[in-house]
Amino acid sequence: MNESFEPVVNALTQRLGAEASEFRGEVTLMIAPEKIVDACRILRDEFGFEMLIAATGVDYWPETKPRFNVIYLIYSFTHNLNLNLHVPLDGNAPHLPTVEGIYPNANWYEREMWDMFGLRFDGHSDLRRILMPADWEGHPLRKDYPLGYEEVQFSFNYKEVDSKKPYAKD
Amino acid sequence: MGVEQKLGNMGVVTLNLEQTVNWARTNSMWPMLFGLACCAIEMMAAQASNYDVSRFGMELMRASPRQSDLMIVAGRVSRKMAPVLRRLYDQMPDPKWVLSMGDCASCTGVFNNYALVQGVDEVVPVDVYVAGCPPRPEALIHGIITLHEKVRGEGLKTWTATR
Repeated sequence: MNESFEPVVNALTQRLGAEASEFRGEVTLMIAPEKIVDACRILRDEFGFEMLIAATGVDYWPETKPRFNVIYLIYSFTHNLNLNLHVPLDGNAPHLPTVEGIYPNANWYEREMWDMFGLRFDGHSDLRRILMPADWEGHPLRKDYPLGYEEVQFSFNYKEVDSKKPYAKD
Repeated sequence: MGVEQKLGNMGVVTLNLEQTVNWARTNSMWPMLFGLACCAIEMMAAQASNYDVSRFGMELMRASPRQSDLMIVAGRVSRKMAPVLRRLYDQMPDPKWVLSMGDCASCTGVFNNYALVQGVDEVVPVDVYVAGCPPRPEALIHGIITLHEKVRGEGLKTWTATR
């Protein structure tokens, strides 16, 4: 591990019980959902990780414990370091605290995760859908969400598919 | 001493009103400035000097639906965009035509999924479909000329009945 990561990793593993791992120079910390706000605050205030570059989610369905991973990619201008924070979440009504108070741009990332994965962010100021229409049902990036596939029209089934197609009448 | 001397050998052309109106409609059909995806890049290329769609009296892309006659649906239509597209169509004054440009607008091409409208003809009535992903400017111009042929065959009052 790059030696400039060592104080960061040591602080988070000892104080918050994070698990560190490394793959090709990228350092990842697994953190429990209830400790993510503390972790972000320590990273920003004590180690100079000023910027949240991206926040996204992964669905490991059909695994249920943990089913989701929330991933925060955090960057330090001061030390030129990237750090990944992974937060495992169970499949049943997943929720975790918002980090909006520490990184304000997490607002829209968290709205996107709510929209696409159905993860609830406790304390979020404005948890609405951001990409899908407001009246949409379901969360499309979940692995068990149906693709919405429509039957393809070929020459042999042209009339059958055409009869079911909802054409606009003027 | 009459008007024929002033005009030289121009002569007189007789037309019925229907042909005159259709001639006017085909030669000043203003498309709406409305690009949805990568097809819009080809639409812009068709506008630019190499292909020069102004040869057909279409050099004015109107940014307002109230001033446009033709809606070129250039790109995939998401389910969130569909109500917007329908509202723009409703705001266009009659007579109006729709050209579905490219595979995505015609049948969503490769995107057979929940997010996109499976063919824009589910939302607005389409007059001409142009195939291609994206269609070259020549293909778009061919579609426009095809639409002009269709318009020339329409009646004055049968504009809605022809569809």
